[in-house]
Amino acid sequence: MKLDSIYKEEKKSAFAKLSEIIITMASRPSGLIGLSILVFHIILAFISPYIAPHDFKAIDPTLMLQAPSAQYWFGTDDLGRDVFTRTILGGRTALTITFFGSLIALLWGGLLGIFCGLVGGKIDDVVMRIVDAFLSIPWILAMLLIVSLLGTSTEVLIPALGFFYGKGIVRVARAATHDVIAKDFIVSARARGHSNFSIIWNEIIPNVRDAILVEGAMRWSWMLLGFSSLSFLGFGVSPPTPDWGLMISNARGLMSFAYWAVIAPIVGLSSLIIGINLTADAFAKALGIDRSTKAPV
Amino acid sequence: MLFLIIKRILLGFITLFIVSIITFVGTEVLPGDACTTYLERQAFGEQLEACYRRLGLNVPAYERYVSWALNAIQGDFGYSLSGEMPIKDVLGPRIKNSLVLASAAIFIGIPIALILGIITALWRDKLPDVAISTVTIFAMTIPEFISATLLILIIAIWLEWLPGIVIVPTDVSFLELLPNIILPVVAIAMIMTAHMARMVRSSVIQVMASEYVQMAILKGVPYWKMVFKHVLPNALLPAINVVALTIAWLLGGVVVTEVVFNYPGLGRLVIESISNRDLPTVQALAIILASIYVSINLLADLLTLMLNPRLKTLQIRK
Repeated sequence: MKLDSIYKEEKKSAFAKLSEIIITMASRPSGLIGLSILVFHIILAFISPYIAPHDFKAIDPTLMLQAPSAQYWFGTDDLGRDVFTRTILGGRTALTITFFGSLIALLWGGLLGIFCGLVGGKIDDVVMRIVDAFLSIPWILAMLLIVSLLGTSTEVLIPALGFFYGKGIVRVARAATHDVIAKDFIVSARARGHSNFSIIWNEIIPNVRDAILVEGAMRWSWMLLGFSSLSFLGFGVSPPTPDWGLMISNARGLMSFAYWAVIAPIVGLSSLIIGINLTADAFAKALGIDRSTKAPV
Repeated sequence: MLFLIIKRILLGFITLFIVSIITFVGTEVLPGDACTTYLERQAFGEQLEACYRRLGLNVPAYERYVSWALNAIQGDFGYSLSGEMPIKDVLGPRIKNSLVLASAAIFIGIPIALILGIITALWRDKLPDVAISTVTIFAMTIPEFISATLLILIIAIWLEWLPGIVIVPTDVSFLELLPNIILPVVAIAMIMTAHMARMVRSSVIQVMASEYVQMAILKGVPYWKMVFKHVLPNALLPAINVVALTIAWLLGGVVVTEVVFNYPGLGRLVIESISNRDLPTVQALAIILASIYVSINLLADLLTLMLNPRLKTLQIRK
């Protein structure tokens, strides 16, 4: 009876556990700052279409490169579009694409990593060689090649980003699985005659989940960095979609006399990346995982 | 020991071999081949045939791969599509320029990263640590194109201290290049230094918490002697590999930085050749960049092996 109640308590606490983790994260100043920035950006991404004061694609030659004023808070760009409107809308595409991209990366990277860690042997060797090879192709070259040949639509970018940022997760998931697999409770589960699937689902995944989630959170910020670099280079979303990377690259040529058009998207993008990074760091610390000694691969 | 080194080198070659297959298959299975993408709307009839013959695309894929790979090993990557120049002639000066940029950033970055990392670790959670760590978080998270743009805006446009955009021919001498490369080097070194400083910091903190350091403190070893003799050698060794991985990872950032500064290096060539759909050059670039990545990691592995006495005896015993 008593055992049963302990078991129940652990089961029901998924939500309680999450809020506990969030409270731990928010108890450090860096975690609190990161979380607030991230939440702010997410809320902004949801409500910005309703609060935008102007039309983001309304071109008006008479309003070219206006300095910030009461009507145009952040000024206007080289086509007379309102920079404030475009800045608050500029994070939506990036956030959506990288969020779903990270989910895909987590899924395939995590599952393949666990699989490799479990089966070991020849299959593991071959897969890890291929993963290593993919790791040694610079991300920018691979991404550029894909988008230049397949186009820059969302349907291409999400799986492409998800694929390329998942290969690093394979390694982490595999290492975590290796750590778990030698433990006694796996041996005893095998002795009890549990199926492979049941062992993966009930024993391994709960134990490697934290490491993989932290890795996925980190991936998110790198993916955002990669995605906005693509936009900046002109290989990401296409104009007139408001996007920070694209806005920076457009406004860059004119920044000697219209610095506002470049500063606003810079603040938007930098704050989001810093927010995700601090949150991921705090998340790792709250779960007791030290990843500061890891290289960003 | 020798066995380990040979094994590492072999693994590196296997990785490169797989990379070459991936890039070859990648450019093969993606829709459109080099000729149709290059010729675009004129891709039919005689012109297409001529282009196929010129690039040798009329033979089966595996034959092409073998002859391409054999030539590539000898440094001959064939001809680029747009410039009609041998790719190795295009690559030569670009590689030199990028090497100048990257090595300058590394040589400035590593000492600064070491000093900052050690300071932040020794004064952990005190004012120096909090201040430096805050700056490094900013420096390492902000994308290169943003820090580069800000550097141009502040140093080149507002203060007018240095040229903001590199306007030099590809084959310029080093002295002429020098004033032009300061800003790009700073932009790359900043993010690199921040990454490495953080790793050095946590590595030193880990060693400081270990039992033998506690023992040394209890024994009354002078603080600085302990730091330099016992802590640093043990802390910096594992950092070598991580630093190598970081440098290799930042190759992507070098590409972006070169574009921002219009710097005539490998990075700009990547963008140019992809914009021009110059697939032969793209393949060559993929192999070269991957080789740089593999050799940096190999170098780090060998360095760790050489510097770590424990690994040596381990291998002899085996």
